[in-house]
Amino acid sequence: MFDLDRWQEIYHVLKSNKLRTFLTAFGVFWGIFMLVIMLGSGNGLENSVSRNFADMATNSVFIWTQQTTVPYKGFPRGRRFNYDNDDAKALRNSIPEIKYLAPRIRGGDFFSTNNVMRGLKAGSFSIMGEYPEYFLIDPLYISDGRLINDLDIRDKRKVVVIGTRVKELLFKPDEEALGEYIQIQGVYFKVVGIFQSKRTGEQAERENQNIYMPFTTLQKTYNYGNVVGFFGITSKDGIPVSVVEAKAIEILKQRHGVAPADERAIGHFNLEQEFRKFQGLFTGIRVLVWIVGIGTLIAGIIGVSNIMLVVVKERTKEIGIQRALGAVPMKIISQIMAEAVVLTTFAGYFGLVIGVGLLELVNFAMESSGTETEMFYQPGVDFRVAMIALTILVFSGAFAGFIPARRAVAVKPIDALRYEQ
Amino acid sequence: MINIRNIHKSYTNGQNNLHVLKGINLDIEEGEMISIMGPSGSGKSTLLNIFGILDNYDQGEYLLDGKKIQHLNERKAALLRNRMLGFVFQSFNLVSFKNAMENVALPLYYQKVPRRKRNKIALEYLDRLGLKDWAHHLPSELSGGQKQRVAIARALITNPKVILADEPTGALDSVTSQEMMDLLTEINKTGITMIIVTHELDIARRTQKTIRIIDGMIQEIVVNEGGSQKSEGRSEVRSNVIASEAKQTKYEVGRDFESKEYEKVA
Repeated sequence: MFDLDRWQEIYHVLKSNKLRTFLTAFGVFWGIFMLVIMLGSGNGLENSVSRNFADMATNSVFIWTQQTTVPYKGFPRGRRFNYDNDDAKALRNSIPEIKYLAPRIRGGDFFSTNNVMRGLKAGSFSIMGEYPEYFLIDPLYISDGRLINDLDIRDKRKVVVIGTRVKELLFKPDEEALGEYIQIQGVYFKVVGIFQSKRTGEQAERENQNIYMPFTTLQKTYNYGNVVGFFGITSKDGIPVSVVEAKAIEILKQRHGVAPADERAIGHFNLEQEFRKFQGLFTGIRVLVWIVGIGTLIAGIIGVSNIMLVVVKERTKEIGIQRALGAVPMKIISQIMAEAVVLTTFAGYFGLVIGVGLLELVNFAMESSGTETEMFYQPGVDFRVAMIALTILVFSGAFAGFIPARRAVAVKPIDALRYEQ
Repeated sequence: MINIRNIHKSYTNGQNNLHVLKGINLDIEEGEMISIMGPSGSGKSTLLNIFGILDNYDQGEYLLDGKKIQHLNERKAALLRNRMLGFVFQSFNLVSFKNAMENVALPLYYQKVPRRKRNKIALEYLDRLGLKDWAHHLPSELSGGQKQRVAIARALITNPKVILADEPTGALDSVTSQEMMDLLTEINKTGITMIIVTHELDIARRTQKTIRIIDGMIQEIVVNEGGSQKSEGRSEVRSNVIASEAKQTKYEVGRDFESKEYEKVA
């Protein structure tokens, strides 16, 4: 119920010493403002990093071959070897924890010469042979057309999906690329899709220069036989990919006569571990932000509590009058707590609004100026955090008012009435 | 209305124990108008505070309208004060940020009477005390006499059984003081018991009985003839009712300075 007298009193108390009220409120304002800014910046950092992971399945591992370093079964050290199609079957059959298994192969020598041509235009791009599963491990935006599918694999179709940068270099700006043919190392392929990287910055630039074709097509067209360049593997949900990683390495070592003790013959990269490292970092940052933020907030709240103690002291006589006239202790307590809550909530609300506003402004400025950095992306706090912060404020306001309120009713009414400043 | 038996009260201040009330017995009938006199430190205010349930007592018995007042928690005490008692203070004790009407309505606010209704009642009381035009003024815009009228209206608004006035004229000039006493006398005639603590003789004389307290004990009870009336007759009979009429008086009528002063004026 709206109680005009209560609000009149709150207004009077807060107004009677404006500077003091302002300074007290500022403590709370600053606490919540800093919390919002720090949380928002932390989120900005986190967003930018997770954007670089780009929806990539974080429970994935990549396994490739290197030179052996331990002589084994009559083989010398320094031997090179290749995976093959049978390895894929063997892995799939003996490791039930695998969710997606994508054999991959990199085609051709492309770093020095222009390996892709179309009419008079030419460029040097990465040519990758892929299974459809790979795009479940490392997704792409398809801006036009489609991805590699199972029929492409089965029929070894000469089709390719090209990156936006590839299209830019091989086609005129308003030219339709789908259905057109490009020549890759002497062989013509039909463009069936155009993709865009989900990553940012340099990583995106590199990925947008890729050309994907069916794995089987690449093997056949460029005479790779049954060679597999490397594997991308993800584990089933809930199973750490390191389990799959260890098993796969063991099987591959056996199948290729690599010494069990040889740590370097098989190269592998566990994305999950990387991701964990980042997660740990961000958890650390978040914990730090909350500790510092809550600490600042507590300082503000203690300020409010202190000021309320002073206010209660100043108003001792007035409170005495009210009690003489029949105000029950609960009435006095709730009044003082209401004052503290109003003060903290108002101050905190402004801190919240201005903090969020500032983050939005930074975000807007970055987006409208097209600033792309790998360290900061879409700073901001989500609605839930804002609500949590507001709830904390209301409760801490009540807490700030509680001790002074108790003090106010602990004085006997007669002592309160006699009190002279 | 008020019956107290053998009330003791002492204050402890560090090592010192100050025995303020040393066994007070008093009966105040409904509708009586009583004044309490005594030098500073005699315990007259303490007694009034005990009447007003603003302070507790150490020993004895206090019946207010037949109800025993003892070991009340603050909540019950506040409710009783609100329903049964009206207070008038020397320094008026109006709430500075509330206007006259809101000040008068304050006790009803604590009774959770809706704002519109309590303000209407407050206006009626202010009207009765001739302050209707000042209803929306803040206390700082009122004269001393007006403030005290507002305070009286505030004391009256809950229809209390007893009005306790602690030096109600202490901050007023003599003309205003007499007007105030006229008002209190008039209110008393409506049946409300009135207890006034004062050190002014001509104020005390206008009550029906004057209770003189010295050193925490009742020294004498003086019946003022013509008290509680508009006393143009300034004569009063000093009836020293020791032991016989007021059983509580234990000591011979004193010869303290106030008694002498009293005789002088008489």
